[in-house]
Amino acid sequence: MFSFEFMRNAYVASTIIAIVCGFVGVFVVSRNMPFLTHTLSEIGFAGASFGMFIGITPLNGMLIFTVISSILVGKMGTKSSRRENSISAISGLFIGLGVLFLALSNKSASYATNILFGSVVGISQSDVNQMVILSVIVLLVLLVIYRNLKFDSFDPVGAKAQHVNSGLISIIFLVLLALSVSVAAQIVGALLIFILLTLPAASAKYFSHSVSKMIALAVVFGLIGVWLGLYLGYITNWPVSFFIATIECSIYFAALGFNRIMQN
Amino acid sequence: MSDLILETHDLWEEFSEKKILNNLSFKLKRGSFLSVVGENGVGKTTLVRIILGQLKPTHGTIKFFPNRKSIRIGYVPQFRNIDDEYPLSVKNFVALSFSGYKLPWLSRQERQQLKLVLQETDLEKIANEPLGRASGGEKQRAYLAQALAVRPDLLILDESTASLDPISKENLLRLVKKLNVDTGVTVLFVTHDIPLAKQFSDEYLLLQPNGYEVGPIDQLQVADYEGGQHV
Repeated sequence: MFSFEFMRNAYVASTIIAIVCGFVGVFVVSRNMPFLTHTLSEIGFAGASFGMFIGITPLNGMLIFTVISSILVGKMGTKSSRRENSISAISGLFIGLGVLFLALSNKSASYATNILFGSVVGISQSDVNQMVILSVIVLLVLLVIYRNLKFDSFDPVGAKAQHVNSGLISIIFLVLLALSVSVAAQIVGALLIFILLTLPAASAKYFSHSVSKMIALAVVFGLIGVWLGLYLGYITNWPVSFFIATIECSIYFAALGFNRIMQN
Repeated sequence: MSDLILETHDLWEEFSEKKILNNLSFKLKRGSFLSVVGENGVGKTTLVRIILGQLKPTHGTIKFFPNRKSIRIGYVPQFRNIDDEYPLSVKNFVALSFSGYKLPWLSRQERQQLKLVLQETDLEKIANEPLGRASGGEKQRAYLAQALAVRPDLLILDESTASLDPISKENLLRLVKKLNVDTGVTVLFVTHDIPLAKQFSDEYLLLQPNGYEVGPIDQLQVADYEGGQHV
């Protein structure tokens, strides 16, 4: 399997993605942002088709769209009373734009399928390099804001009382999320981002009582999903996303079951 | 050093053409235990928000001694969204308080401080249990421990006992009083519970719709308190 360059690239890329998603995912879950994450991935779809339309790589197109829109969402305010509605509006607008750019760029439907559901075949060495750089940036910034982000995510009331700058932390985190979404979409596709950004962290929550252990477990769950998913995809020729989604969901259901047993 | 920790002068706040706090001027002595009482809507929370720096007064001044920067404030609010699936342990919840742009792991000094505050608040036994499954009284002690972890000069309890049963209320306040005496932390206790205020505090500040009263706690008459008492 590793004699093929594309499989080697896919394994390297998915390992990086699982690590980044484990870190970022723990905060996505604690800040209650799975829906926003899903929207960012749809925005990523529009960005990728925009990239094709103007002749840049889908990853760069995604980066431009997701970063700009994450700042916009941050500025619009993340007040829960209107967050869902404003996210719905932005999501609708961007999916529409994605369809428009796809039509204008005259690409075949398989391009759209690749963006939406992911493709391991198309990952080149230069894509991997770019993913590594972006992932290192995300992880470094996360380490710098780690304590404040942790406080603001796990106890916003206490953080506000102690003058943690929630507004700034939120916007930085949204940008990091946008970068993670763009990177993760390369493997699992825009529509299935949350299987890596939400499910491993949501499962880890039931097995650990500290943020660092939650992150470690989320990374492990993510790695199990992508490594096994790629292998099963390789031997069956079925879509990798299907396997990753099934594995992550199974882990999540097992975690819920474990939690129920512990509570009883 | 001044024996005051803060002083307000001629303070009032305007909310949709309604004036509250009525030119409030009061002094808070370092190491004292002040209960802020008054019916709903007279400005108790507004005063707390002004002290915390979350709200600018429409008029008047608030002065900290020696200055605002050197005064650390610990705040225990009334509400918090901690459901029974909340994942962090009591210890890790308390440790959230060590914030700032520092290395992700705790320093040796911070770990010692954490251990001490868990001892002081009698949380050592349940330190590794998830906070979501702690009782109401234990949760409130954990909130208190988080506020105390940074060794505040001023501790603000904003109706922090309102949701507790009478025994837990008294236990929590006994603990706060002990810390007040032992460590010298100044306490500002916002409450509707007059008997509790009388039992533990030194002074009172009664906020009323048309004025305010300050004095030693034994002079606080229950009849003065127009909102009635919610024990």
